This record gives sequence, structure tokens and C-alpha cells, in this order.
Amino acid sequence: MQSNATLEYDYSLAKKFTYLTILFGVLGMLIGTLIAAQLAFPELNYLLGEYGTFSRLRPIHTNTVIFGFTVSGVFATWFYVGQRVLKVSMAESKFLMFIGNLQFWIYFVGALLATVSLFFGFSTAKEYAEYEWPFDVVIVLVWVLWGISIMGLIGIRREKALYISVWYYLACFLGVAMLYLFNNMAIPTYFATEGLGNVLHSVSMYSGTNDALVQWWYGHNAVAFAFTVPIIAMSYYFLPKESGQAIYSYKLSLLSFWGLMFVYLWAGSHHLLWSTVPDWMQTMGSAFSIVLILPSWGSAINMLLTMKGEWNQLTDNPLIKFMVLASTFYMLSTIEGPIQAIKSVNAIAHFTDWIPGHVHDGVLGWVAFMIMASIFHMAPRMFKRELYSKKLMEQQFWIQTTAVVLYFTSMWIAGITQGMMWRAVDEYGNLMYSFIDTVTVLHPYYTIRAVAGVLYVTGFIMFAYNIFKTMTAGKVLTQEPQFRTPMA
Amino acid sequence: MDIRELQGYASFFMTIFLVIMLYGYIIHLYRSEKKGERDYEKYGKIALDDEVTSTPVEDKPASQRDYKEENK
Repeated sequence: MQSNATLEYDYSLAKKFTYLTILFGVLGMLIGTLIAAQLAFPELNYLLGEYGTFSRLRPIHTNTVIFGFTVSGVFATWFYVGQRVLKVSMAESKFLMFIGNLQFWIYFVGALLATVSLFFGFSTAKEYAEYEWPFDVVIVLVWVLWGISIMGLIGIRREKALYISVWYYLACFLGVAMLYLFNNMAIPTYFATEGLGNVLHSVSMYSGTNDALVQWWYGHNAVAFAFTVPIIAMSYYFLPKESGQAIYSYKLSLLSFWGLMFVYLWAGSHHLLWSTVPDWMQTMGSAFSIVLILPSWGSAINMLLTMKGEWNQLTDNPLIKFMVLASTFYMLSTIEGPIQAIKSVNAIAHFTDWIPGHVHDGVLGWVAFMIMASIFHMAPRMFKRELYSKKLMEQQFWIQTTAVVLYFTSMWIAGITQGMMWRAVDEYGNLMYSFIDTVTVLHPYYTIRAVAGVLYVTGFIMFAYNIFKTMTAGKVLTQEPQFRTPMA
Repeated sequence: MDIRELQGYASFFMTIFLVIMLYGYIIHLYRSEKKGERDYEKYGKIALDDEVTSTPVEDKPASQRDYKEENK
């Protein structure tokens, strides 16, 4: 045990996962932009033969931004925030450092191989759970190692009370573990048939409606426990720390936590409205989705009220701007989701472009903004250098905000147009439009979305450049900043 | 009554039960603060004063920590 006088937080793991966040972010968003362009200009499907088609690239986009970009961001911030709020350094335990490094390398190599496997067409065909069984095993291993890190760090902590962010990281760990295991239960066909077929092939243990229910229990709660819970953990640490203001109401943060845990798990069946699942279950999914506004807005309002009396920071600190906009987009997407889950609205919205519109105002505006803001906050502390350029951050902020607005507004219009056209009937009850009629009408909106993608990825590359320059050319800091992040 | 109907009723009553638990939790939070048993808002300071050398908002019992450190 080192003496406290020389003891410092160890950011080596936070740094490594930060590099991966940026790497997977660039990769996932570039592919996302390409497939958005393919929807507007189908000839772009034939750039790389079978490897460049929309169907091959779409799972790579979703899995890379979820399990690559976002999960790396979660790990990076955990290995930073976890130490600080528990007041214990990773350097105090060689065992935890070993486990953390093992987690990093298995995750990095596993994620690359899993991406390559999708590229070659190995897929379970379950949305957001496309990785074949060997990669599922690797993911479980990585997750268990992360669990050991969390519990281990909690075990040797100095701060007895677990800060609210730790609760949220724990919920992320437990929630994803449960969801991932249950949804990915599958039989590897090669072993079940004594050597027939491909090793990289499996069949789900569920079938029919049950499969759909488990799938969307998983799918929706992946949004909860990977896209919401750990991002709230980041907000509750980085916003107070950057602004120098304690959380507006700690009690509200606790209440929202339990509210979110209680409600979220029941809302997944709203993905299956008007399908073959029992009617009461559809109604339950719909009702719980609406109740979900309360804990979601509880957290979001708590974040915004944390800035009470300090709103001047919004104008002169771009990092606060990123975080406040993230909270605002969280509010927007958590009111939009429940609206879409109302049965009558869903009758129009389901299967239309309004759904990816909703997803992207959440992930681009809330998730990615919060992850980038967290990295901007951590970078000067990790690299002991000032942020390279405030001006570049401001430009990035506006380019990406424009991109998000273009994305979701174009998809709102496209989705509602699509939904109305599909349902339109003439006086004899015949459908008025064929499918291709809707595609023709939607072309301009798909083009706008592709432009939004180009803008967003441009902003992300500016972010990556800013962090790279911070590491290599930022002004050296002699002392760690307490609150506001220094920037040139 | 078939299994689906049973599931529906089970879901309904569990919801009621959990709602009562959640409201009970709100009452618990405010009551314990009013009685002076807990001060929840002090935990907000954990994020602000988070140096490894900072005094913890709530220290782990000395015996527990000493035991751990002796055994490293």
C-alpha cells in the first residue's frame, strides 16, 4: 500500500478505453453515414460486392456504435469516475489492474473479430444481437471481468457511501448481463448435429412469438441499460464536476434511479404492438412506456436544475453546452418514445422512418454528446494537458447539433408521410399507393439524412483531432484542474 | 382461468405492489431526512471533492479499512 502523499489515480485503463471509443466511433459512424447514403442512392450498394451491401453493413453499424463506441465509452468513464467517487486508486491493487488490462485486450481483439465476422456475413439475424455464439461467449467473459473490476474497486474503497453514478454503473452491469444472457441463448448447430454445417452458426432457443418477446425485452432494455443508465451515470458525475455545482437534488436522483429500474423492464413489448403477443401485454408495454416519462424526466430535470444560478457557464464553457444539450435531447427522446408507444400512434409510426429518427435523436444528441463531453472533461486530467482548441469544440458543437436536428426532422416527416401513405385507402377500400410510391416521395428526406450523417461524422472527426492534438500538443498543466476544464 | 389470464392478473397486482413500494420509498427518504436520521444531499459532494486524499463524506469504519490495508 502506497502512502496517501504520493498516491494518484491511475488513468491508464481510462486512456486505453478512450482510444477505443474514438476508434469505434469513427468506424461505426462512417458506416452509418454510408448506409444512410445507400438508402438515398441505391447504386452505392455495389461498391464492394457482397461486403458493401446495406444488409451486410447495417448490423456492423449498429453493433459497432453500441458495443464498440458506447460500451468503450462506458468502460473509459467507469475506470475514471469509479476511482474518483470511491476515492481509491486502481494502482492500489495489482489484481484489479491485471483484470482491467485483461478485460481491455480480450474486448479489443474480440470486438475486432466480431466486426469482421459480421462483414463476412455470420449473423444470428436477431437485431442488436447479431454476433454468433463464440463472440457471445467472449462478450460474457469481458462482462464478468468488468464486474470483477467494479466489485473489486467497491471492495477496497475509502468512501463508504456509493455515489449515485456508481449505482447506475452497477445497474448497467447487472442489467446487460441478464439481458444478454437470456436473449442470446442458442444451440450451436455444428455441435448439436455432430459436425454438420458451419461452426459459426446457431439457432435461438426460443421460437415464434416467444422469440419476438424475448428479443424485444432485450432490444428495448439494451437501450435502457447500455444507452441510458451508464450515460446518466456520466451526467451525474461530469456535469456537477465541470460546473462546480452539486446535484440539484440527490433524493430525486435516488428516486429516479429506482423508478427507472422498476419501469423500464416492462416497456419492451411496445415494440410488438399489433402483433401476436397477448393483448394485455401490449397494453402493459404501452402503459409502462408512458409512465417511463416520469423517472426519465426526473433525471433530466435534475441535471438541468444542477445548473441553477450558473447558466452563464452555458455561454462561456462549450463543455457545459455539450452536456446541457445532451440532457435536453434526453428529455426530447424520452417524451417521443412514449408518444410512439401509444397504440394508435404506433399504428402509424411502426416500421416507418420515424423510429430510426427517434433512436438517433437519442443516440446522437444524448449518448454521443455525453460521451464526447466526458472525454473532453477527462482528457486534460488523463494527459495532464490543456484541451487543444476551444474554437474547434464550438464549431464541432454547432455542426453536430445541426446534424442531429436535420436527422430527426427529416425522419419525422419521412416517417409520418410513409405511415399515412401505407394506410391511405380510396373510397372502395383499395390501397391508394404502392410501396415504390412512398420510396419516391421519401427520396429528399433520405438525402437530408445522409447529409446529416456527413455533418455528424465530420464533427466526430474534429473531436478525434482535438483529443489527439490535446495529447500531443496541448499546453502542459502543472496542476490538475478542480472543476472547469482548461482549454486554449 | 387460463395461464394468460393468470399472467395478466399477476402483472396487475405486482404493478400495484411495486407502486406502493416506490411511493413508500419517497416517504422514507423525506421522513428520515426530516427526523434528522440521514442527510441525503451531502452525498452530492462526493463528485465535487473527489481527490484520492480528500476526506470521505462517509468514512468506512476504521476497523474494516485497517483490516483491508493490513492484508494487502
